[in-house]
Amino acid sequence: MIPQDIAHEPSWYESSARARIDGVLDPGSFTELLGPQCRIMSPHLALFDLPPAFDDGMIVGRGLLDGHPVAVAAQEGQFMGGTFAEVSGAKLVGLLRAAAASAGTSQTVSAVLLLLDTGGVRLQEANAGELAVSETIRAVLAVRQAGIPVIALIGGRAGAFGGGSLVASCCSRIVMTEQGRISVTGPEVIETNKGAEEFDSRDRALVWRVTGGRSRALLGGADRYIRGDVASFRAAARDRANPPAFDIDTMRAEQVRLEKRLERYGDCHDTPEIWARMNLPDPAGISEIDDAAFIERLAATGGAHDAR
Amino acid sequence: MTPADLLAALFPSGHTVVVGPDNIMSGTALATGGTEVAVLGIANATPLSPEIAITLAGQILDILRADDRKPIVLLIDTASQRMTRRDEMLGLYEYLGHLAKVITLAGARGHRTVGILYGTAAAGAFIATTLATQTLIAVDGAHPSVMDLPSIARVTKLPLETLEEKARTTPIFAPGVAPLAATGAVAEIWTAANGDLSHRLATVLAAIPPADDRDQLGAARGGRKLAHDVAEKVAASFAGEAG
Repeated sequence: MIPQDIAHEPSWYESSARARIDGVLDPGSFTELLGPQCRIMSPHLALFDLPPAFDDGMIVGRGLLDGHPVAVAAQEGQFMGGTFAEVSGAKLVGLLRAAAASAGTSQTVSAVLLLLDTGGVRLQEANAGELAVSETIRAVLAVRQAGIPVIALIGGRAGAFGGGSLVASCCSRIVMTEQGRISVTGPEVIETNKGAEEFDSRDRALVWRVTGGRSRALLGGADRYIRGDVASFRAAARDRANPPAFDIDTMRAEQVRLEKRLERYGDCHDTPEIWARMNLPDPAGISEIDDAAFIERLAATGGAHDAR
Repeated sequence: MTPADLLAALFPSGHTVVVGPDNIMSGTALATGGTEVAVLGIANATPLSPEIAITLAGQILDILRADDRKPIVLLIDTASQRMTRRDEMLGLYEYLGHLAKVITLAGARGHRTVGILYGTAAAGAFIATTLATQTLIAVDGAHPSVMDLPSIARVTKLPLETLEEKARTTPIFAPGVAPLAATGAVAEIWTAANGDLSHRLATVLAAIPPADDRDQLGAARGGRKLAHDVAEKVAASFAGEAG
């Protein structure tokens, strides 16, 4: 799973949510808000005989990046799949609302970093989780309207599925690794509902070809592709180059971008077919090359955009 | 409710709304009180595909072009997002997210946005449509859900009967209008038997759009007791930590 060339460096995929935060921010600068000592836990898991966590799998706070204040939220994919639920969602929504309200004050932040690692809505709290996703989207867009970029960092074990994928698409920018996956309905759920001939979830190569970071980056569904080490995530988070505003011009540009994608690739059945139509050299080999070679090939496509 | 019945009940003064290709509804209507509104929607429990999402978003962006603050009413009877490998490969999340963003942008630019759910809406399709409007109304026939109970049973590995029993004690996970109203997602429930829908719509259109108050609503109704308090605590400590 861990690419050979970063096997000796701390891996994002293998790290806990707290380790990821520590690796992205300036050392020792993180202050957690409503941390585990407050013991704000899910009141609903007991109904299902499931153990709660003191942080409900969501860590929020503020810290510094290159000395600039930032707000940060990280989902712990190892607890209940990093799911959106009543408490975990409200912590994120509270952080985003505070960040939006801070714009123009002495408390303002230069960016909000969302370290997504989520299977989507927590089904044991489905209604609260669904609403939390909707509230998060509204709050993310309010932060962007206040002129503060929201950056999604995706490369954890749980990926960004369900509502998490919609939240990602509403951020100013999506940063992804090869191991990162984004999809609305997970392959297992599609298989359960529509059969293995529609989507064989045990075909790992297929799953990665459809949902993985390389496919997303080539199609324009992720804006930055990076190696899977923690240092690369820090470097990506520091990249402040003109994130798109959330306004009518950006939405019109996104409309055109997404319309064109359907026109060009709407009849394709698998990603190598798309890559061949993009005139990429050796489309079948895209999954085989190493990260450095892939990053070079991605840059050569000239597909970078700010229409998000 | 059929689209025709719903339209007749909401807009007795007249409308031009038709159900077109892909079961996409669009047109204009005269609300009671004389306000002209744009009407968009989905009919016949049609799953939300990238094509439907981008068409609806494009029509909303066209409405925004006029910059006339015309209210937008979204009439929704969808299913979940369409579940195919092809749609996911093409980045369905971006199409759903784009639709949610454009609806939100319309609200921010002064267009009153009202979602009227008259059929099913589930999962991502629910988030990308009516949940993205400023005010969500459920009328007769509405059945919102995140996931149906049999699917929740599969994922949680609990017998369906056990889930059904638990659903009687809490609104936190069960599908339906009542549980989603209790958690704050649905602002108002209208039944045709309980009076004229067109006047109620006129009242909602005339009201100042609320900020996102769904967590407060959920607390007041007792269906989501913690969310608002937790969000407020985080925000307060964010300000306190800033120094």
